[in-house]
This record gives sequence, structure tokens and C-alpha cells, in this order.
Amino acid sequence: MSGTAAHPYTSQKENDMTMADLAPAGPDSAQPDPLYRASGVTRTYTQKGRIVKALTGVDLEILPGEFVTIQGPTGGGKSTLLQLLGALDTPTDGSLMLDGRELSSASPAELGRIRAQEIGFVFQGFNLIPTLTASENVDMALEPLGLGVAERRSRVAAALVHVGLEDRGDHRPAELSGGQQQRVAIARAIVKRPRVLLADEPTGNLDEGMRDGILDLLEELCAEGITMIVVTHDSAVARRATRRFRLTKGVVQDITR
Amino acid sequence: MYGRYLRRELAGRKKQTMIVAIGLAIAIGLVIVVNALTAGVRDAQAQALESVYGVGTDLTVTGAAAEPGEGGGPRFEFDADAGETDGDTTTLAQSTLRTDFLRGTLDASVLDTVAETDGVSAATGALSLTNSTFSGEVPSGGFGGQDGDSGSAPDAGQAPPEGGGAGGGAFGIDSFTVLGIDPGAAAIGPLASAEIEGGRGFEADDSGQLVALVDSTYATSEEIAVGDTIDVAGSDVEVVGILASTSGTADTAADVYLPLDTAQELAGVEDVVSTVYVQADSASSIDDVQAALAEALPDATVSSQSDLAATVSGSLSSATSLITNLGSWLSIIVLAVAVLLSVLLTLSGVGRRTREFGTLKAIGWSNGRVVRQVAGESMVQGLIGGAAGLVLGLAGILLINVLRPTVAAGASAAGQGAPGGMGAGPTGGGGPMLQATQAADIVLQAPLTPWVLVAAAGLAVLGGLVAGAFGGWRAARLSPAEALRSVA
Repeated sequence: MSGTAAHPYTSQKENDMTMADLAPAGPDSAQPDPLYRASGVTRTYTQKGRIVKALTGVDLEILPGEFVTIQGPTGGGKSTLLQLLGALDTPTDGSLMLDGRELSSASPAELGRIRAQEIGFVFQGFNLIPTLTASENVDMALEPLGLGVAERRSRVAAALVHVGLEDRGDHRPAELSGGQQQRVAIARAIVKRPRVLLADEPTGNLDEGMRDGILDLLEELCAEGITMIVVTHDSAVARRATRRFRLTKGVVQDITR
Repeated sequence: MYGRYLRRELAGRKKQTMIVAIGLAIAIGLVIVVNALTAGVRDAQAQALESVYGVGTDLTVTGAAAEPGEGGGPRFEFDADAGETDGDTTTLAQSTLRTDFLRGTLDASVLDTVAETDGVSAATGALSLTNSTFSGEVPSGGFGGQDGDSGSAPDAGQAPPEGGGAGGGAFGIDSFTVLGIDPGAAAIGPLASAEIEGGRGFEADDSGQLVALVDSTYATSEEIAVGDTIDVAGSDVEVVGILASTSGTADTAADVYLPLDTAQELAGVEDVVSTVYVQADSASSIDDVQAALAEALPDATVSSQSDLAATVSGSLSSATSLITNLGSWLSIIVLAVAVLLSVLLTLSGVGRRTREFGTLKAIGWSNGRVVRQVAGESMVQGLIGGAAGLVLGLAGILLINVLRPTVAAGASAAGQGAPGGMGAGPTGGGGPMLQATQAADIVLQAPLTPWVLVAAAGLAVLGGLVAGAFGGWRAARLSPAEALRSVA
């Protein structure tokens, strides 16, 4: 990991409720394989004829079930890292592995399959389709999986129950509050039963009350085994994380302590 | 879900959907109406031609056009003691039957040559003539002539006056068109598109007899009935039947019909015909037959139906030109604009939905799935436009068929009618230049054919496909990371 020599699960954590604390200690304890392993990940863009380095030699490992936040100033590379972790983009250089599969050399179709089956996204602006109801928005995430109608209906209903919106399935986004819209977005992200949920400023558009509700929900999902990676400016979000990273000028640093 | 998403998206963007659909609807409606009108004009042309050439005529063989100065118009010659003189005036009456001075005749043996040509299933000959009758009073010393022993009609090549006077006299010249036909051949030729309205038709033993059939319009205007006699070249000819065109809107090819040999004898021309009507044994052999006839009869003019169509004149000719030129181009331009509009609006829609497509790709939608969504929406917009265009087009066709606009059509029996038409009808006192020229008002109809439905569906699908292809291409090119970054 860039900027720190400590292993993610042996570092000293401020949060008492971390996966590391729950893991068995001692020399015989089995260390789970990392879900993500990044080695020297670099991402550059060409912008107006100039080469912009969004990420520079990022090394990190994220274990299954962790709640990780990525903080940092605007333009520091947070969203770029999230897109790489989400298989939306590939590194210009370096290696990025998800559960042992190399993402940097995967085909667009393979990346699409990984996104469809293993990764859930939650966006700051919710990104719901305004013409569809809450149920239909959630159902959109199941479209690529080729499930039967009954299975889809059952999963959508369960996801809405999970986020506490079982009675709002027929409502369109415009008929829901910001917090409710974000819950629909979370339902859409978890309905496919992903291994990891990536959230970009999930509470950025919410007031304090709604924010806490969403954070409770994210914590609950993490406790159920979903790895949570959240980009945020909000220290209240960061306090809930098992590990915290800071990205400054494309360089990652573990600031958990 | 695909259908529901598609429906919701189209319903959610009603304005764009309506604009694209209306644009395509107008274009498709226009194409339908123009094509129906084109078919209607084609039918009208065929109708105009059938009234002259009859149904089933594939080719005509006519004599070569006469050189200027050859032949002449009706000429009346009177002896010094002709007519009845009463004081200072002499009453004169003379009837002549002449062939078209602008067109040479064919020897009757041409008919045998045609009939023996490979691919010809039937052929019959006809002789186009004009009967001109001079009647009136002139001064006893003659009119205009310095020698005082003869008078003559106006110079050759000039249409004679309806009436006139000279030196205190008063006279009139009446004329009507006469067609000599084979009494035994009704299946091909001018009578193929005519029916007997009163009396009887020709029979085989009418050959050489002084019997005639009269066009119903001419009979009405001249108050001629079955059983009456008419003066043809100074002979009394009995009217045995009244003919009417089967089209109901056009007149028949001539005013009076005589058995061919009777017409030849009265006109003083033995064994000649003006036109040979030819029926090929199949549509595919028409070109070959035309070529064979042109080779066998180098001095004659061999015309096909398409050549004959060019002889249709009058406002039908203008309508044809208007529809085929302006109408077709207008349809193409409107269609192109509608498709372009559809493409631009689809591209603009994809641009506005960048975040939406980026999100869909982020949650695992493949490029193909996104493209299918965009293309499907465009296709449905096209089909809505197609359905509306079909309704518009059918309404246009219905309107035309209810209004029943008439167009004037002229066709020359010799197959050489001058473009622009000649305004006189067959019953008027037209001169020799109008000989065998048929003019009629034809109701223009816009027929509805299955092709119209196919065309509407095809154009709608085409418009949708083109717009969908462009929109899908743009959506497919969207990188999910860039799409989400661009709206972050």
C-alpha cells in the first residue's frame, strides 16, 4: 500500500467494530485473500493536449467485507480510483486484480459481465431513470442477468424491503425524497447480490437525518458481507469505515489511525 | 422490461416523439399520395390510349410522316355548271373523304407481314380518314377565282374555316373523322374498348356494305339515330349501331366507323391502311416483336405502349409531368428532411441521456443492450410516424377520389400527337390536322394498392433504422467512465 507499510488487517484501528478485530488472531489464523489487489496502478488522461496523471503508482489491498472510505481533495483522483475498482475503466499502467482476475487486461465485455454480476454502484446524484418507477429502476440491474420474471420480481421486492421502501415501489423518482431516492439506488445496487458496493458521495445530496439513515443501511449491508468502498468528503461517513484512505494528487495514503 | 422501458421513455419525451413522428408522417403521407397519383395518371394515360388504340394493343405500325408540301387538306372542285343557280347565287354541296394528309398510308400487304411475324398473336388494320362536306351559296361567277370556273378550299395545310363567305356568298365546311376497320376484328383495335349502345355492331358480311357505326357523343350532337343515313363522300350510309367507350369518360377513336373496304372505296384508296394494331403473344416478347417489325418494315413507324404514352397530351400530360417531377422530388426532399430530423433528435436525445446510459453501463448493461434500446425507441417512433403517415396518405387518396379531379387528355390515333395537345374534340369541326386526334376529360383517380401499405411500412422502418443506427452508434461509443465523469 502506498504510503504505509502496515497490512490492512493488522493496522491499529480507531473503530472498535472492524473486520480485523473480528478476525482470529495469532500466527495460525488464516488471512483471507484480498478482494482487490492494486500494484503500481497509474491512470493518465490526455486533456487539451496535456497529459494529466489522475493516479500514480497506487498500491492497495482490500479484503472481503471491509468498509473502506476514500477521502481527499477535489481532483485528487478519488472518482478515478472508484471507476477502476468498479471495472468502469482500466489502468494505464500497473496491475489491478479483483478476486484474482486481472482487470487491467480484461475485455470490455468481461468488464461488463463483472459489473453486471459482482459490483453495485451508488451515485451522489442517485442516477435513477426518471420515467421508471422505483421497482422498475431496481429491476434494471437484473436485466443483464437473464433471470426469470418470477425471480426478478422476488429479488426486486426483497431489495425494496431491505431498504425500507416496500410500499414505494410504484412511485417514480420525482415522487420520492432525496433519501428515498438514494435508498432506491442502493436497492438497485444490491438486488444483483454483488460482492462489492461502490458509492460515490452517497450522502452528498442528503440532509443530516437522511445521511445517517443511509449510513446505517450501508453499515448493515457491510455486516451482511458486502464489501463497501465509499468515496466521501464527509467525516461522518469516514467514521463508520474500518479503513480510510486519502488520495492526494493521485497518491494513496492509509489514514486509518 | 425492454418494452416497458421503451414505452416509458417515448411517453416521457412526448415532444420529441411527436416531432419525429409528425415529420415522418408527412413524408410518408406525401410519398403515398404521390405514388397513388402516379398510378392514377398511368391509369388515365392507359385509358386515354385505350380509347384510341383499344384494349390489348401492344404495338402499332403506322406510315411514315408525310413531307411538308405533300398531299393537302380537303379540296373541293366544282364544274362550271355545278350546283343550282338562282339569280346571282349558286348553291353548291360536295362531300369528300380523304386520308390524313400529314401521314402516309401503308399498303394492306403490311398486315400480312405483321401477322406472319414471330411473337404476333393478332393484328388488324384501320384506315383513318376525314370526311369534309362543303355546302353553301356562292356568287354565280365563283368565289375568288379569276377564271371563274372553279373554287377551292383554303390552301393545303391550313385548317378550313367553320364557315365563311366570299363575294356575297355563304358556305360552311363540316367534317368528321372516319375510321375504316375490319368488321370481323373486334378483339383488337379501336373497337376493343368500345361497346354497342344501340343497334348492332359490325358483322363479317358487312364488308363492302354502306353501313356505319357512330360514336355516341357525335350521334348525340348531330342527332343521329340507328337507322338514319349519313352522307359519307357523297354516298348515303346507313347507321346500324351507336358506339360508346367502355371507359365511360372518354369518346371512342372516331366519329364514324365504316367497314375497311367500304372506307377504302369511298376514299378512292385501294388496299391501304393507316395503322396496324398488333397484339404480342406475351408481354415479354413485345420488345422482340417491335424490333422484328421495325426490321421488316423499315419505312413504317413501330410504336410500343410506352411510345404511345408519350403521345398523351393535354392537362393529363401536365399532371404527369407535375407528379413525376415535382411530386417525386418533393416526396424525396420531405422524406430526407424527416429522416435527418429523426437522426438529429435521436442523437440529441442520446446526448441528453449520457448519464442514463453511463449508469446503465455501470450496472452491467452491455453496449448491444443499450444500442437495442436506442434503436428500438427510434424504430417505434418511425412506426408511429408510418402509421400516422398511412392515415394521412389514405386520407389524401380518399380526398382525391371524392373530389374526382378531371384532366384533359389528348391522344393521336396515328401515334404522333403533338405534345401540348390540340383542344378540339372529335365532334368539332376540326380540320385535317385534328384528324383522328382524340381528346377527352378523364377523371383522375388515386388507386389504393397493397404496395402503398408496404411502402409506408418500409419507409417507417427505414426512417427508424437510420435514426436508430446513428443513435445506437453514438450510445455504443459512450465510455461508462467518461459518461459518468462528464455529468459528475
